[in-house]
Amino acid sequence: MTQYETVIGLEVHVELKTRSKIFCDSTAEFGSEPNTHVCPVCMGLPGVLPVVNKNVVEYAIRAALALNCRIASYSKFDRKNYYYPDMPKNYQISQYDLPIAEHGYLNIDVNGETRRIGITRLHMEEDTGKLVHQGTITTTPFSLVDYNRAGVPLIEIVSEPDLRSPEEAYEYLNKLKAIIQYTGVSDCKMEEGSLRCDANVSVRPAGSKEFGVKTEIKNMNSFKALQKALTYEVERQIEVVEDGGRIIQETRTWDEGKGVTLSMRSKEYAHDYRYLPDPDLVPMVIDREWVDEIKRSLPELPDDRKERYVGEFGLPAYDAMVLTNTKELADYFEACVVAYSNPKTVSNWVMGDLSRLLNANNTDITDCPIKPEQLAAMLQLLEKGTISGKIAKTVFEEMFASGKDAETIVKEKGLVQISDEGAIAAIVDEVIANNQKSVEDFRAGKDRALGFLVGQVMKASRGKANPEMVNKLLKERLS
Amino acid sequence: MQLYRLTAHELHDLLIKKEISAEELNIAVFDRIENVEDKIGAYITRTKESALESARAVDRQIRDGEAITPLSGIPLAIKDNMCTDGLRTTASSKILSNFIPPYSATVVKKLEAAGATVVGKTNLDEFAMGSSTENSAFFTTRNPWDTERVPGGSSGGSAAAVCAGEAVCALGSDTGGSIRQPASFCGVVGMKPTYGSVSRYGLIAFASSLDQIGPFARDVTDCALMLEAISGHDPKDSTSANYKVPDYAASLINDVRGLKIGVPEEYMAEGILPEVRIAVKKAMLLLESLGAVVEYTTLPHTEYALPTYYIIAPAEASSNLARYDGVRYGFRAAEAVDVIDMFMKSRSQGFGPEVKRRIMLGTYTLSAGYYDAYYLKALKVRTLIKQDFDRAFEKYDVLLSPTSPSPAFRFGEKVDDPLQMYLSDICTISVNLAGIPGISLPCGFVDGMPVGLQLMGKHFDEGTLLRVAYTFEQNTDYHKEFPKL
Repeated sequence: MTQYETVIGLEVHVELKTRSKIFCDSTAEFGSEPNTHVCPVCMGLPGVLPVVNKNVVEYAIRAALALNCRIASYSKFDRKNYYYPDMPKNYQISQYDLPIAEHGYLNIDVNGETRRIGITRLHMEEDTGKLVHQGTITTTPFSLVDYNRAGVPLIEIVSEPDLRSPEEAYEYLNKLKAIIQYTGVSDCKMEEGSLRCDANVSVRPAGSKEFGVKTEIKNMNSFKALQKALTYEVERQIEVVEDGGRIIQETRTWDEGKGVTLSMRSKEYAHDYRYLPDPDLVPMVIDREWVDEIKRSLPELPDDRKERYVGEFGLPAYDAMVLTNTKELADYFEACVVAYSNPKTVSNWVMGDLSRLLNANNTDITDCPIKPEQLAAMLQLLEKGTISGKIAKTVFEEMFASGKDAETIVKEKGLVQISDEGAIAAIVDEVIANNQKSVEDFRAGKDRALGFLVGQVMKASRGKANPEMVNKLLKERLS
Repeated sequence: MQLYRLTAHELHDLLIKKEISAEELNIAVFDRIENVEDKIGAYITRTKESALESARAVDRQIRDGEAITPLSGIPLAIKDNMCTDGLRTTASSKILSNFIPPYSATVVKKLEAAGATVVGKTNLDEFAMGSSTENSAFFTTRNPWDTERVPGGSSGGSAAAVCAGEAVCALGSDTGGSIRQPASFCGVVGMKPTYGSVSRYGLIAFASSLDQIGPFARDVTDCALMLEAISGHDPKDSTSANYKVPDYAASLINDVRGLKIGVPEEYMAEGILPEVRIAVKKAMLLLESLGAVVEYTTLPHTEYALPTYYIIAPAEASSNLARYDGVRYGFRAAEAVDVIDMFMKSRSQGFGPEVKRRIMLGTYTLSAGYYDAYYLKALKVRTLIKQDFDRAFEKYDVLLSPTSPSPAFRFGEKVDDPLQMYLSDICTISVNLAGIPGISLPCGFVDGMPVGLQLMGKHFDEGTLLRVAYTFEQNTDYHKEFPKL
């Protein structure tokens, strides 16, 4: 049986969160009433002219530097011509042959191995508006257009065809998102459309040097959709080839409901975009000093931060990777470590209980009801023995639900750990008296019986007895 | 006194001496419009009420002893491809026949700020594509010197209005000669300034890398006043240059001694009507007699200018005009079955034949597989044409030529033969390709029709052009002629 190799390249669009749009001073803010974030320029009225927003260029350079790209010294904008009602001018101002940046890369970790994925280019362009249909595009009696998004700045990041599996594509997108978020130029929210991803997919017999015919997959609206769509498409292509068929170069759309990719248009119907240099915009000469200045202002990026977590905090590589995956989570973790200097304990709580609660409540780390200082304070109570590990979990859930400090909750609910030896000894004696069978079992060598007895003591103390002390006293009495 | 026959600087003197009021002046011009507009057809839209209102505001300023600018109260016409806030702006196209812009072009704002009164919006070839104003979707404009003849184009309405006394000065736009050629046909002064010296913001684009707004006037002095009022950097136009606008009035010197004037022989060759050549030669002799050094020179790539222009301009136009689709504003065809059908029907019904011809030309030359052979090649030739000028300007202060190969032609003479029509811009289009300034001023008459003299200058050296033009004008009387209507 032939073994196949998968070849994937991703084209990712990222909306930049500049205050105003790319070629006019309308606000670039997401949402709001339709057609309120518009002006004659982004509506494409007769006679208007675009003027490039310098912040957009700066943000693009920022993202490009974080992706190890070479920044062009001379760059220009071009018009990509095609007709669509959500595009006010019926051309999109984009960059064709002289993009702002090229030749970058990022590293992904797959199966414990680091792989470098090439980035072909990064360019700037304007976003389109949005069509609003009643029902579906084919059945709607009319369509409305909202131009709020028209002219919002985008960067398009095109990867080399270096990805070898849907998992790698997932990791690449995840890493790309992390890096861009770290630079602060975008929120990269796939649900809000500030991160969008198309994929070029092909398969070839393992060992073959030549690429197979590729298809372009669109409409993948989440990380999960990306992985599912790619997995489906790879299987589909292999099946076609196995059955003696040929892959057609075409654009396919991911149907989330049916879980399949469907043909949209073949190459014969592909657009001829008739690119031309935009005569309304003058070419840009990029000042090296400006680039250096932007470079100096870049924050620590995920890879560096991960290394630091291993080196400085002594965390396992896995912990470091998970924690640095988003800047917000890493910032949260570090704020905790500042107030409670046992990084591994903090990591366990952040990656364990905290992540579980955030997921269960569909809450973002930036909206976490427990502030980092509050988590640190709870960990101190735990370390001092004021509360037991078991109680800590209860307290933590309560903190998440109410946002109260651990200390307040412990006081309110009387959850302070009993570490008074006399008090515990009284309960231990009582439990021994009431459970002679288990005592005999233990003495007969059944170690498990000790656990039962400890449990009984904890139960009798309503969980507040210091477990270590309970163990110690029980053992003393039974030996 | 026929106020409508006077120039802006003469009228300004009368205004500040309080011999006339701005309101009187504007009424005089509107009376003139009433009297002759039937014969001429210069205006698509007239704005009498707002003009009189601004005139009265100027009169109050004068009465209150406030300083006024040289253009305060002066009745001006604006070519109808420049946006005017709240006032219909059509580009002489059916597709924009109902378009009311929510903003004004920068030049319009500048003129209004200078106190000028806008009397109306003038006719043009649809989207400024043409050389006779016959391509207007609405009506044709007639040449005041002979109403059987075209006023030239595409700014035919503005040229005819200034010529016929229906406005004192006017704005036009020039992509391949659209100010200079109609100025020449109507016997007035018209200037295309250096590309980037006047903001294009609000000018309905034809070919963005070539379009430039400029003035029409009855003499060189008025031309300088208008030029100064509209020039300067505009942060809304990325292609507008950041430079200090010179005091153009200071260039109005009656002296060309020592100036070197080159006459490119390609512009005096076959194809130029002999009578036009004679008028231009007389102008050369006059300037020489006034102390200029006048010599023949060469611009060797001139023969490629027309094909280069007809690749670059339609390519840009095909993209610039894509926005007229019936979705957001302008004409929308009825009874479309879906959005593609709406696009196609609106554009098919909304654009005239010349506009469609150029959209098709441009779409073709930009298409995959043709781009390198046509558009890219044209850009390279454009560079060669620029270099021709650069070399010539190493030696000469200005270049001189006819503005057009012939005086105004008759209606219908060329409109069915696009190539013949395109050839009437043969002397003017290189100036747009090179981005340099050019001026046309009257230099004679052939069979009662004006002939235009073109002067071409270095980038941002409008001053020298004005100086030569002014000297020529001071030593001739052609500009004093007025058509009998």
